[in-house]
Amino acid sequence: METILAITIGGLYAAGLYMMMRRSIVKLIIGLFLLGHAANLLIFTVSGLTRGQPPLIRPGEQTLTGLFADPVPQALILTAIVIGFGVQAFAVVLIKRAYQAVGTDDLDQIKGTDI
Amino acid sequence: MSFLLLLPILIPFITAIIMVLLWSQRQVQRTLSVVGAVGLLVAALSLLYSIWQNGIQAIQLGNWPAPFGITLVADLFSAIMLVMTGLMGLVVAVYSLASIDRPRESFGYYPLLHILLMGVSGAFLTGDMFNLYVWFEVMLIASFVLLALGGERAQIEGAIKYVTLNLLSSALFLAAVGILYGLAGTLNMAHLARILPTLAEPGLVTTVAMLFLVAFGIKAAMFPLFFWLPASYHTPPVAVTAILSALLTKVGVYSLIRVFTLIFVQESGYTHTLILTIAGLTMVTGVLGAVAQTEFRRLLSFHIVSQIGYLLMGLGLFTSLALAGTVYFMVHVILAKSALFLISGVAYYLYRTYNLKQLGSLYRLYPGLSSLFVISAFSLAGIPPLSGFWAKFALVKAGLEVEQYAIVAAALAVSVLTLFSMTKIWAEAFWKDAPEETTLNPAPKLLTGFSPLMVPIVFLAALIVVIGLWAEPVFLLSSQAAEQLLNPTEYIRAVLGGAS
Repeated sequence: METILAITIGGLYAAGLYMMMRRSIVKLIIGLFLLGHAANLLIFTVSGLTRGQPPLIRPGEQTLTGLFADPVPQALILTAIVIGFGVQAFAVVLIKRAYQAVGTDDLDQIKGTDI
Repeated sequence: MSFLLLLPILIPFITAIIMVLLWSQRQVQRTLSVVGAVGLLVAALSLLYSIWQNGIQAIQLGNWPAPFGITLVADLFSAIMLVMTGLMGLVVAVYSLASIDRPRESFGYYPLLHILLMGVSGAFLTGDMFNLYVWFEVMLIASFVLLALGGERAQIEGAIKYVTLNLLSSALFLAAVGILYGLAGTLNMAHLARILPTLAEPGLVTTVAMLFLVAFGIKAAMFPLFFWLPASYHTPPVAVTAILSALLTKVGVYSLIRVFTLIFVQESGYTHTLILTIAGLTMVTGVLGAVAQTEFRRLLSFHIVSQIGYLLMGLGLFTSLALAGTVYFMVHVILAKSALFLISGVAYYLYRTYNLKQLGSLYRLYPGLSSLFVISAFSLAGIPPLSGFWAKFALVKAGLEVEQYAIVAAALAVSVLTLFSMTKIWAEAFWKDAPEETTLNPAPKLLTGFSPLMVPIVFLAALIVVIGLWAEPVFLLSSQAAEQLLNPTEYIRAVLGGAS
């Protein structure tokens, strides 16, 4: 399972970086989204995968016993997804405004502030 | 006493919420903005006093004991940074009254400013890596909107670069946090400081440290990751530029100092030498970029990069004196750089341009403003007895003590080039006669008496002179902060309790 996820994460990073290298701002933003997803999956994987062992305290016991999935990475990912969602919504609106203001989605044309 | 730790987050939060509720009451928002900033400054000052008296303080949110819950912790360095946040919040809130136009005010400029202050305060206070990420995002989203608010073409173009690079840095930061959790099983900074030295794989820890260096390095605008900064900081209104330049890159530097003094100190021979090299390159490239500029705010933006190099130099040298120099430099550079940006805003108010070629005659027309510029510019270059001299003196002395002559030479040469580019602004904007096609603002009513445009600049210049002439108390404070950074035992004990 770890192998499959590792390959998926690598693929997401590669795809994200490739998209960011393109000249279109839409692809730039999609690339950023992919990097965010890759980071979330990375947290999930490096923290250790435990299948079929929910972190629930069994009836009659006071603490978690035996093998259980670590809930902390899942909480981290949940937070990161929510933050990422907000930031992505802003980014989409920003590129729409950029298209209206500049009239192109070509990054090479958007360099008026570089000179 | 520990509620003092919550106030720097709660005050801007409540201020912003009230302003959002009173969305259409522009006048009320303007008043509240200043009141909220005063409140933040007072809270930060009392926190600093309390820490000076009683030592490092920590609070566990929700009463979960330390490594499990979220910790807020403040040592002297955090408290000093919070005071600077409050100070800059107040200065910019007052300056905004005169310089932000009506449409921006009605689209929520003031609430955003306070959300930004809340994010910055949170980043300075938190004792948890993931929580730091969350505060970074709070701060970033507010800065994104502040940067793009107004929707001018240059602003949108600058915002795209700023947003892209900062989101990339956030993604790296998040990945680094994930790997760190996988390695250590905790994200509480004090707990990490205890656990990491016991791990079997020191090589992996250094690898994660490098990920953090890149992630924070983008935010701190260090070489070679700073290109987003001069491409975006000169586009929004000058009040926004001033608050971003005063606080955002400094949060990046603060995070670097925090993780590389508390958490990643096992292989300091490698990591801190790398930071020192980067510091030198940042100083030199920043100032060389500045020398080539002819736009007032772009020139100053490159200087931000150059000054980041000095801040990193103290961290790279990693001695008590060097870190004290960095803390002092932080206070100095926030004051001097903000004063310069605010002065560029006054020049824009008079001439409606930031282009140095089209400015002129400011010395003849406004000698008072010119002397304020001279104070800030000389302080930035490091002329005694102003604040910049003592900051650079401490850093250079620390460099000589550990025989890092290359970085000392770079620091001194960059000072000369800083002075050179400041004289360039002086010669173009203040000394020469304005070109004939330039039109002066016919009724500069905001330059007379106690206008909100001038009071913040006078205040900042006075502070620069004061902490230059009475450097000793400030330096004593910085040395104490540096001691706490170098010996994190008290920090760890304050968070985790018990003997360490």
